[in-house]
Amino acid sequence: MIEMHEVYKKYPNGVSAINGIEVRINQGEFVYVVGPSGAGKSTFIKMMYREEVPTTGTITLNGVNVAKLKNNKVPQFRRQLGVVFQDFKLLPTLTVYENVAFALEVIEAQPKYIKKRVMEVLDLVNLKHKARMLPTELSGGEQQRVSIARSIVNSPKVVIADEPTGNLDPDTSWEIMKIFEEINNRGTTVVMATHNKEIVNTLKHRVIAIEGGKIARDEQRGDYGYES
Amino acid sequence: MPVMNKEVTTVMKVRTLGRHARESFKSISRNGWMTFASVSAVTITLILVGVFVVIMMNLNRVAETIEEDVQIRVHIDVAATEQDQNALKATIEKMPEVGSVKFSSKEDELNNLVKSMGEEGKAFKLFEQDNPLNDVFIVKTKNPTDTMKAADQIKKLNFVSKVNYGEGKVEKLFKFIKASRNVGIVLIVGLFFTAIFLISNTIKITIIARRREIKIMRLVGATNGFIRWPFLLEGLWLGVLGSLLPIILLSIAYYRAYDYIGPKLQGTFIRVLPFDPFMYQVSGILLLMGALIGVWGSVMSVRKFLKV
Repeated sequence: MIEMHEVYKKYPNGVSAINGIEVRINQGEFVYVVGPSGAGKSTFIKMMYREEVPTTGTITLNGVNVAKLKNNKVPQFRRQLGVVFQDFKLLPTLTVYENVAFALEVIEAQPKYIKKRVMEVLDLVNLKHKARMLPTELSGGEQQRVSIARSIVNSPKVVIADEPTGNLDPDTSWEIMKIFEEINNRGTTVVMATHNKEIVNTLKHRVIAIEGGKIARDEQRGDYGYES
Repeated sequence: MPVMNKEVTTVMKVRTLGRHARESFKSISRNGWMTFASVSAVTITLILVGVFVVIMMNLNRVAETIEEDVQIRVHIDVAATEQDQNALKATIEKMPEVGSVKFSSKEDELNNLVKSMGEEGKAFKLFEQDNPLNDVFIVKTKNPTDTMKAADQIKKLNFVSKVNYGEGKVEKLFKFIKASRNVGIVLIVGLFFTAIFLISNTIKITIIARRREIKIMRLVGATNGFIRWPFLLEGLWLGVLGSLLPIILLSIAYYRAYDYIGPKLQGTFIRVLPFDPFMYQVSGILLLMGALIGVWGSVMSVRKFLKV
């Protein structure tokens, strides 16, 4: 469960990105975060995985108050969630398998378990046969699937995705969305910032629209609501 | 079962260390030219430091032998009776600076003189019947630097005809040794920090090249310690690698130099330090310095990148 209470974020340069947000996302929900560029979407997402810290207010994720989290507790916290980015953030010198295994090596999991678990998630994203390839040998969609595999290899309760289809063509975007649906069907909460009108309007889920740092709209099975 | 859990974590730690070591080696070979640059920086620094340490330690050794050799020769007036001599000895021994007082009769003095001259000295044997030398007290001070002060005081005592301690030369030597010691320490410290700066810069470049990797590691929940280890080990290897060439070069050079200079110094009071154990100690120092420079350099540059 994710809860934000009276959250404000003002950057050191004086920009107020978030101006009082109150929201509650239950375990197992699928939420789109939409809104115009510069409306605070990115900050909203970044505060969830504690890339940014709110100026005031509380953010609770899996029972942890993210706003008050000490620096040395951040690694432990991040292991409980998966993050997916628009630019994939894969390591170019590592193979597909190694990129995914990386997230488990970091938490010092047993080698046997790593092997089993990595193959499991690569199977889920349909990339088992490309495990030994380098990211540069893959298409954009395939790279994003590797990055999704890495985000769920820790079996997190929450997956946060920041424009995961932003760099992909429509067909590939649908493939990616299918994987997110699958992840969500297994009980994982998915919070996804997106600009993809077609996807939001077709694959109906809760929509949170952010404008001027505030929640302008919060609808179950909502529409994208903007001209793309 | 807490005991078993503990065992498991220990095993994992060892495995993780293995992973860090592998990562650090990979990085060293991947950054070929950067590795070369930082290893050469350490090498050059340590060669300079090494040469300096060798010279300074030997100079110190020479100084020590000379210091040990500094003694005050108190020539006793011929008129002094045995009683006077004993009184004089007692007075000198009571002086706070004085460590030991040894009596050397004029016969001993003549013998020493004859011995020190070798073959030609035999001519002096003629004087055995009518010895022109004085009885002498050989005075050693507790601290060699007090020599002058003690000599001045002894000079004023009764039944002292002459006081000898190599005036002027001793003072100059002490001054020279003190000055060169200080210059040496300043230079070594300066070089040390230069090398740390060079290494930390090299590792900084490695880290900038791997900033993405570090960011991703942080995103998937790697602790700072986990991220830091490979860089730390990399710095350690760079430092150790950089110390190898200086150790080999200096050892060969010292071995040759010792072979060459050693025999020439025989017969003089100057002694240089023998290869064993001196060069092993210097090698140890260089290795340790290399390791320290490497680790310190990497710690300094990693720290900046790990602020959450």
